Amino acid sequence: MTAPNMPFLDVRDLEVRFPTDDGVVHAVDGLSFTLQRGKTLGIVGESGSGKTVTGLSLLGLHDPRRTQISGQIWLEGTDLLTLGESELNEMRGEKIAMIFQDPLTALSPFYTIGNQIAEGYRRHAGGSKAAARKRAVDLLGRVGIPQPDRRVDNYPHEFSGGMRQRAMIAMALSNNPSLLVADEPTTALDVTVQAQILDLLADLQSEFNSAIILVTHDLGVISQVADDVLVMYAGRCVEKGDVRALLSRPQMPYTWGLLSSIPRLNSDVDVPLVPVRGAPPSLIDLPSGCPFQPRCDHSWRVAADRCRTERPVLRPSGVPGGGLACHLDEETRNRIVDEDLLPLWEGSRS
Amino acid sequence: MTTAEPLLHVEGLTKHFPIRSGLILQRQVGAVRAVDGLEFSVAAGETLGLVGESGCGKTTTGRLVARLLEPTKGAIFYEGRDIAHLSVKELRPIRGEIQMIFQDPYSSLNPRHTVGSIVSSFMEVQGIDPPGGRKRRVQELLETVGLNPEHYNRYPHEFSGGQRQRIGIARALSLKPKLIVADEPVSALDVSIQAQVVNLLQQLQRDLDLAFIFIAHDLAIVRHMSDRVAVMYLGKIMEIAERSTLYSRPRNPYTHALLSAVPEVDHSVTGDTRPRLRLTGDVPSPANPPSGCPFRTRCPRAQTICAELEPPLSQVSGSEIGHRSACHFPVTPENPLTPGDEANAATIA
Ligand SMILES: Nc1ncnc2c1ncn2[C@@H]1O[C@H](COP(=O)(O)OP(=O)(O)O)[C@@H](O)[C@H]1O
Ligand SMILES: Nc1ncnc2c1ncn2[C@@H]1O[C@H](COP(=O)(O)OP(=O)(O)O)[C@@H](O)[C@H]1O
Ligand code: SF4
Ligand SMILES: [Mg+2]
Ligand SMILES: [Mg+2]
Repeated sequence: MTAPNMPFLDVRDLEVRFPTDDGVVHAVDGLSFTLQRGKTLGIVGESGSGKTVTGLSLLGLHDPRRTQISGQIWLEGTDLLTLGESELNEMRGEKIAMIFQDPLTALSPFYTIGNQIAEGYRRHAGGSKAAARKRAVDLLGRVGIPQPDRRVDNYPHEFSGGMRQRAMIAMALSNNPSLLVADEPTTALDVTVQAQILDLLADLQSEFNSAIILVTHDLGVISQVADDVLVMYAGRCVEKGDVRALLSRPQMPYTWGLLSSIPRLNSDVDVPLVPVRGAPPSLIDLPSGCPFQPRCDHSWRVAADRCRTERPVLRPSGVPGGGLACHLDEETRNRIVDEDLLPLWEGSRS
Repeated sequence: MTTAEPLLHVEGLTKHFPIRSGLILQRQVGAVRAVDGLEFSVAAGETLGLVGESGCGKTTTGRLVARLLEPTKGAIFYEGRDIAHLSVKELRPIRGEIQMIFQDPYSSLNPRHTVGSIVSSFMEVQGIDPPGGRKRRVQELLETVGLNPEHYNRYPHEFSGGQRQRIGIARALSLKPKLIVADEPVSALDVSIQAQVVNLLQQLQRDLDLAFIFIAHDLAIVRHMSDRVAVMYLGKIMEIAERSTLYSRPRNPYTHALLSAVPEVDHSVTGDTRPRLRLTGDVPSPANPPSGCPFRTRCPRAQTICAELEPPLSQVSGSEIGHRSACHFPVTPENPLTPGDEANAATIA
């Protein structure tokens, strides 16, 4: 078992690279974070920032022949990156499970929903077919599928989008995993169904005390469900911390840009949105300094062109557990937040 | 608000897609009521937002207005003339004036054509030779949407998602439209890029006096973009009002449910205090909609009458002219949402 103060999940300096014809893609570039049971870590960032690649690494789902992975992924004292395929197989489904944006990537069209859930359950827990089927019906009911004893015999195409998402969650939960990686689980859903699914995940978490990594590009979703946030940019963590602290006083320019880009239900519609200019860099030739520098409005404030030449490392941000990767000094950051950003965000409330 | 004739006015707008069965005879066995008797107007230079869960008929409405589809019933008055059943040939002169931009900039641009030929394609089809030539016009358009005019020889794959959306916008502008139907134009884009495109659309609206029908499922973006907003459910308008009215004093329980489901980033430490109205279950099939009020199977306030009588979309008394809602038991100051409604919403299946 884990020592009391040891984190349940401890990812250290994770690097994931894909050699391609055009060069090596640095999809994840030195990522570290920890997570305790019963807590939710939100990973946010724009598309291509390495969120899915990070999630897949935790489940050992990258093809080793086409992927270079280094670093350590400690889960209750075991480094997952040292495990062989059969040990990983045992971990997957039993301890760690993943749910995806598109449930059809996880569900086979040729088998009934019930068979697929029962199959996953029996692979790890064993037992009779009848017991596994009963477990499938229980799980479907648990995730809010109406008439589960009837629906258990449906095929995926007979379910609506929201119901398929629930079915996939049921499948992921069949062995009460202690770590659930949810990769954009609600991105394709309507807000009404999204709210149902997020409620469901929160309920299940409090029941099973599982740790959840929720990958999303939606800061609203993060704000509703996460305990901690990790902001990714170009495969790196550029800011992290407690969700309330980070969203109320974000500390670095990319996070500022994300928050200034989105309208709120109570913002002043006459104030234009403030987009982040340009687009994310190629992960093949990353700039040698800060990856955000080409889009950053504040790098001129940093002396000696350091933003262009020196990679900012993740350092403590002042709030407990918080960190940021940016050369701006604390005083400058605080001044920008207090004088420019908070008035924009708060003052824009009508 | 508009005493003069609106740019667009639709009445009884209806589209039923036939459901056929049988391999050879293809008998019609039913119909998907995608759009079912809509009435709304759009003034010149105005933005009407359309929101609602997927499948409620937003895209179909947009395609009907742009006359990419012919309605089953109803009228579409564009500048006072009913265009609902015009032939392809009769539509030609107004094609350019009503344009559509789409969610997926990838699939709406031919990957084998250069940006120049994509943006000039409508001018070609219409046989329009602008003064200075098409290439000059294309370069002007690229500049207008914030792209490098020297890039007219490049292919769509050489552009990012946000830039591709700009190419689609340049093409839509090529025939000097008065009305643009924007169907989820920013839904596929990252938030930082979304804001760039939203700002561009607003800039173009000011400069070119464009009217928009702005379709999106992000309620905060619709609020940011729109003068008025219509909420749709199962092919019908449930509520329509000026932006501030719809978002701050909605009458229809469905509007409340949609708004309360939006996850908001909250900067204050106090957290989110909006009422929580959670809908259960899914939207019923538009091939077999419920009797009476379409929303009644998921509505926390539904009573017997809701199954028997469809509530008309009628003027809300005490609110602005044009604020209309369809509900037997509207949310009012005297009859606000209660914790009972919230609990009820959670138990009704
Ligand atoms: N198997 C692969 N081979 C090459 N590049 C990949 C592979 N998988 C992902 N990538 C690249 O890695 C980067 C991060 O991808 P991803 O983790 O999917 O981003 P996100 O989930 O944040 O949108 C992207 O540039 C993507 O193109
Ligand atoms: N060409 C078509 N044939 C049959 N049904 C259609 C067609 N186009 C749309 N529908 C149906 O009409 C309804 C409304 O669809 P749509 O207008 O695309 O909704 P939205 O854009 O709000 O998601 C849906 O049930 C959809 O499946
Ligand atoms: S390190 Fe420099 S370029 Fe990077 S975010 Fe900070 S100020 Fe901007
Ligand atoms: Mg992803
Ligand atoms: Mg649509």
